Amino acid sequence: MAYILQGDTGDWEVVIGLEVHAQVISNAKLFSGAATAFGAEPNSQVSFVDAGFPGMLPVINRICVEQAVRTGLGLKARINLTSVFARKNYFYADLPQGYQISQYELPIVGEGTLTIDLPDGSTKAIGIERLHLEQDAGKSLHDQHPTKSFIDLNRSGVALMEIVSKPDLRSPEEAGLYVAKLRSILRYLGTCDGNMQEGSMRCDANVSVRPKGASELRTRCEIKNVNSIRFLQQAIEYEARRHIEVYEAGGSINQETRLFDSAKGETRSMRSKEHAHDYRYFPDPDLLPLVLDPKMVETIKAGLPELPDEKKERFMGEYGLNATDAGVLVADQASAAFFESVAKGRDPKLAANWVMGDFFGALNATGRTIDDPPVTAAHLGELVDLIKDGTLSGRLAKEVFALMVETGKGPAALVEEKGLKQVTDTGAIETAIEAVMAANPDKVAEIRAGKDKLIGWFVGQVMKATQGKANPGMLNELLAKKLKG
Amino acid sequence: MSLDKATVRSIAELARIEVPEEALDHLAGELSNILTFVEQLAAVDTEGVQPMTSVTAMTLPLRADDVTAGGHADKVLANAPEAMEGFFTVPKVVE
Repeated sequence: MAYILQGDTGDWEVVIGLEVHAQVISNAKLFSGAATAFGAEPNSQVSFVDAGFPGMLPVINRICVEQAVRTGLGLKARINLTSVFARKNYFYADLPQGYQISQYELPIVGEGTLTIDLPDGSTKAIGIERLHLEQDAGKSLHDQHPTKSFIDLNRSGVALMEIVSKPDLRSPEEAGLYVAKLRSILRYLGTCDGNMQEGSMRCDANVSVRPKGASELRTRCEIKNVNSIRFLQQAIEYEARRHIEVYEAGGSINQETRLFDSAKGETRSMRSKEHAHDYRYFPDPDLLPLVLDPKMVETIKAGLPELPDEKKERFMGEYGLNATDAGVLVADQASAAFFESVAKGRDPKLAANWVMGDFFGALNATGRTIDDPPVTAAHLGELVDLIKDGTLSGRLAKEVFALMVETGKGPAALVEEKGLKQVTDTGAIETAIEAVMAANPDKVAEIRAGKDKLIGWFVGQVMKATQGKANPGMLNELLAKKLKG
Repeated sequence: MSLDKATVRSIAELARIEVPEEALDHLAGELSNILTFVEQLAAVDTEGVQPMTSVTAMTLPLRADDVTAGGHADKVLANAPEAMEGFFTVPKVVE
């Protein structure tokens, strides 16, 4: 459903393009041999290149180049066999060189596509404009001293991929889905860990609005500093409403960089960036053009893993899952693998329901991860088997599952130990039914007089008498027979 | 090509060079002369010629992804005008 904002003069549509900075997974930095690990002592992972010392020359890291190519291929994008590094000039305390080595006219990766999965099961293709390699800046800490900012250059020179979308996104929801899907693909590829809290994936949003149905692109504002999907969505909505208010009051929007303040839920102008759009890019004279061997690109292509979209297709075809369920399961590679080991040789829909329902619930409740799950795939598979062969009813299975989480034991052992086996013995169920009927002759009479609603009450009583172990199907059948007399 | 005063002011600001107002006219003249001198290159027909990036036929050398530097915060900070607790310190720059 289209996302439309209502103004005083009519309906408005929002146009969004995203720039995602994804930190490349590598041991060393893009142009130096310093380490990239997060959380090290300040300035302990800084080479003289990263600190911008005079006379130091950058030498590019082969793995960072390969990671960018791998990501480009994962985004079904054109790989540019020749690309050029340029200097982007600006002054800031955490940029010791006085320029960032980036790519401008000839990026390593050109146009591609990313498919987002909408909640109704449909998909939408979002264009990728480009992906280029660049250096990260250092990190400034402003809360350590009343009058000073502290600068740590450990991040300075770490390789980033800037992934720029086309202005194809039309709602905060689509923007959120785009970031989530991009993160999922990067993690599948092993090219970025996608951790937004640690800043290894950061997002800037270009937002503009236009009257519904118009095709023009109006002036956009760039919103920086959005470090979660929720904040991104809040920032877009706030910014879109601000534009509408300005236009409806007869004003105009200036192209500018704005900062999202998550505490206040608003965006505001960044004065320091007023002149920042004049970066005076020029080719970096320290670096020759990057020329890729087509064989290297082919080798990387041949080694790509099965990506989320392909896996989703396969889950729908091979396991008969619907698009929404398949989309949930493939979002994370480890979850998808977990599901597959549970589903192997079993009823895939039942397996999917258990993985997405009780199992994901237990992950949340215990705070554990899919790599260290509270219940193993093998145990969950056994539980599905016990449901399928009638040993456990759905209700008992939930009880057994809770015990599995608690104890870490397998379902067969727990069923045995706790005597949780479903009662499928006709005689035992009949005895229980007769006992309840004998104790409540008035209610039996009411049912026989046509008060069918009481049947549910009888089911409850017999279940209670059997500690929930009666097979529900058999109980219903036998009860109906007995009550009719 | 001739530069006006406003452009020179803006270039100075981008380069963080403080130029007094009365020096702008003179600088505009100097910079314009330099640009005019360089513009002579435009007389050469470069249609269809790839930009030359190196005098020898070299390609960009690639480095292995090994950690070979770092671990010397003291050296990195040695020339810093100000440092504290392993950080460079500068006058507060915050939005």
